[in-house]
Amino acid sequence: MSRHTISVTVNGSAEYVDVPSNMTLLQMLREKLALTGTKNGCEAGECGACTVLLDGEPVNACMVLAVEVDGREVTTVEGLAHDGQLDVVQQAFVEEGGVQCGFCTPGMLISAHSLLDRNPHPTEEEIRQALVGNLCRCTGYTRIVRAVQKAARGRV
Amino acid sequence: MAKDTQTVDPVGKSVPRLDAFDKVTGAAQFTDDLQFGPGLLHGRVVRSPHPHALIRRVDGGRALAVPGVKAVVTGEDTPGFIGLYLKDRHIFCTDRVRYVGDPVAGVIAVSEEIAEDAARLVEVEYEVLEGVFDPLTAFQPDAPLLHPDLGSYEVVPFIFPRPGSNVSNVFRVRKGDVDAAWAECDCIIEETYRVPHIQHVPIEPHVAVARWDASGEVTLWSSTQSPFAQRDLIAQTLGVSQGDMRVIGNYIGGGFGSKAGVSMEALAVAMARRVIGRPVKVRLTREEEFCCAFVRQGLVAKVKIGGTKAGQILALAVEYYWDAGAYTEYGVNITRAAGYSSTGPYTIPNVKTDSYCLYTNHPVGGPMRGFGMPEIHWSIEQSVDRLAEALDWDPVQFRLRNCVQGGDKIVTGMVMHPVGLSECIERAARAVEWGKQEPPTAPHKRRGKGIAICWKAPAMPPNPGSEAWVRFNEDGTVSVGVGGQELGQGVFTVAAQMAAQALGVPYEWVRISHPVDTKYSPYEWQTVASRITWSMGNAIKAAAEDARQQILEIVARHWDESPDELDIRGGEVISYRSERSLPLASMVVYGLPRPDDQGWIGGPIIGRGSFMPTYVTGLDPETGQGERAVVHYTTGAQAVEVEVDTETGQIEILRLAAVYDVGKAINPNQVQAQLEGGVVQGASSALFEALLFEEGRPLNPSFVDYRIVTAVDAPRQIVGGYVEVPQDDGPWGARGVGEHPMIATAPAIANAVYDALGLRFNDLPLTAERVFMALRECEGNKGSRGFLRARE
Repeated sequence: MSRHTISVTVNGSAEYVDVPSNMTLLQMLREKLALTGTKNGCEAGECGACTVLLDGEPVNACMVLAVEVDGREVTTVEGLAHDGQLDVVQQAFVEEGGVQCGFCTPGMLISAHSLLDRNPHPTEEEIRQALVGNLCRCTGYTRIVRAVQKAARGRV
Repeated sequence: MAKDTQTVDPVGKSVPRLDAFDKVTGAAQFTDDLQFGPGLLHGRVVRSPHPHALIRRVDGGRALAVPGVKAVVTGEDTPGFIGLYLKDRHIFCTDRVRYVGDPVAGVIAVSEEIAEDAARLVEVEYEVLEGVFDPLTAFQPDAPLLHPDLGSYEVVPFIFPRPGSNVSNVFRVRKGDVDAAWAECDCIIEETYRVPHIQHVPIEPHVAVARWDASGEVTLWSSTQSPFAQRDLIAQTLGVSQGDMRVIGNYIGGGFGSKAGVSMEALAVAMARRVIGRPVKVRLTREEEFCCAFVRQGLVAKVKIGGTKAGQILALAVEYYWDAGAYTEYGVNITRAAGYSSTGPYTIPNVKTDSYCLYTNHPVGGPMRGFGMPEIHWSIEQSVDRLAEALDWDPVQFRLRNCVQGGDKIVTGMVMHPVGLSECIERAARAVEWGKQEPPTAPHKRRGKGIAICWKAPAMPPNPGSEAWVRFNEDGTVSVGVGGQELGQGVFTVAAQMAAQALGVPYEWVRISHPVDTKYSPYEWQTVASRITWSMGNAIKAAAEDARQQILEIVARHWDESPDELDIRGGEVISYRSERSLPLASMVVYGLPRPDDQGWIGGPIIGRGSFMPTYVTGLDPETGQGERAVVHYTTGAQAVEVEVDTETGQIEILRLAAVYDVGKAINPNQVQAQLEGGVVQGASSALFEALLFEEGRPLNPSFVDYRIVTAVDAPRQIVGGYVEVPQDDGPWGARGVGEHPMIATAPAIANAVYDALGLRFNDLPLTAERVFMALRECEGNKGSRGFLRARE
């Protein structure tokens, strides 16, 4: 297995990471950078628990090799709050009860962010479509959708 | 949490979740997030490719030769049996495998990749045996036996295996005289229903890390609903003192029963024993999660029900054949729960029930949200609907006429406690405008409404206990120790509300001590059965009241007053007589000076509480009759409106109402959240979910092939509601509601689909394909669209 040293910006901070060529971005975040907020739910790109932003676009981190992010920017759930202040989407999830077990939450938050960046005033159906790749087994999605709606209002 | 908010008397208020901040920032630690450093080893399980076979030889030699492999563990290392109610399971198989995925060996290596590669090199020689893949086949006297040693297994006294057969438990009810009652019925309905295996699908797969220290202490970090049950069961099997076995349970990424008892965790512990001092992590892949932890048991239900034109259900005879899988150590009690709840929430004078737990060569059937109740209510609630129609009764009125009331003698002879089920039914029906017909949104669509009701008691041994403690910090904030697990249901929040209420401090002052660690945390049997708010709640209330009493006595001596005249409000001790007040911070750790200033009173306050139901009685094994079968039942009703697309077979849930009698809503918002999540999980099981097998081989163990409801599929309009008829043995009158919203959802949908199409579906799930095919068949029988015209 060949090894590579990559340079990547994670949550605004420049990192140099030594990775084997078969390591995924998910493994790199969790095992090399101890950013365990990004979750491993299936390692097959199906559940969305590992959703992160790569150069601003949502990706399943389990489907991206670490070497592919060389020179690029990654945002994880740990990069959303600043100085202990929740951002508007996080705050809306707390207030609307969009969190139960919390395992899908980091991926949900990232997908919600991505949606609101692209479409600041989404309809309910657009929100549901945007979250279709993020499985949640606890909430029934109602409060998650409501939280994204609230966040959209709050971002204006 | 906003530190400046002060919520006094928080019970009954929708305070925010304690854990939400950590969960939205990524700070909340789940088991797989814990850091073990470079010493961490990885375990990979070698699993049987055969549903039923004898193990002739296991050779780990080639795997062991791979650089980086530390050890290979086999059944020889784990000769003992493990199990909650019936010890019928080895940790690693010794002589026989009974399902595809049964663990045969474990490989420990320095990396996941090496462990996975080396696992393929473990050589196992099998002698393949004939398998059993259906509970009715398993029930036949000449069926292949899965557990020839059933008679020698250790079993609790309320489970009744039949050695020499595949029946690992039977529960019988004989109440009244069913045979005589049929003659008095104006109508009798007889149907057979089938419920497939499904899986819990927590988004977090099972994960466990174990370490054996040279001193003999064993530590297990696991994503578990049951730290204490795992401590007890694994310690017993591996010959370790419970005092030397420590289980640490972090946040759980969804459980729904799959992380109750012991499923895969003992594998990690058994592997770690071979590499003393090194932690070993075992994490299930999603494929393993679908088939190698617990699955929900399958069921074949034969139901015969009869009633009178006056609208009374007179007699019920049911046979439940549970497809309980390869091992039934936990599942035997599902059979029992199904038996003692076999009437559903109805008072029926004549009942005959036979509920059989059957071994099959399917994955291990275990507890899942509802513990047998969603499965049996699928058959009960459609049968009741059919009977109502045949007797020309409205489904809602028929249920109101027959549903259980406080004081009724229910199926086991137990006298029902006060219950608000009738109000639940009326409110659920009202919420979907029962009786009012709306036109469909397109000519090829049909609309219908359906209702279903349910009950469920906490299913457990008669005597599961809870402990709690309450301690104080120097500033008056409170630390509460609990052994119940936070798996999303909000138990820490509710625990803090109860402690604050009983103590007289603001909610924001309470901290819950977690992760739950069996070495330091109070005892809790398991976080299952919707029992924690009720049972652990009783322990917390007792602990807080104990601390409160100590505080009042100390301050009373300090003030030279009587404790009866004092109270704690808003974190201050107050006197109603002298109108003095004293902040808790000034005395809960350092005590108070005596009135004459010579010496001190009190000291660090610690309140303790414990609770165990002592009033559940045994039941006659021949008749299922006894004084008190269970602690109590939570009841409720669900009504639903659907629209079915006759061109695609797709069912759309337009609105769904769920109303439950929770006794007391400690946190109304959390109750609503449980209702929403539960009905959507129920809807997912109704519309999509089935684990498919071909001769025991799983066909769809992935998210692509096993669909669960997504944000797009989920019902848009869910109306949750609750009724509060207090429970006499619950804290502030509360009873649990975590599992219940899943129970009535599927039959309510089926009844609505019947209302829309005039078609009954006896088997789950109601996939679009199945509905479409049924419509096609119906057209073929009646001519083009004839069935539709017939209902117009």
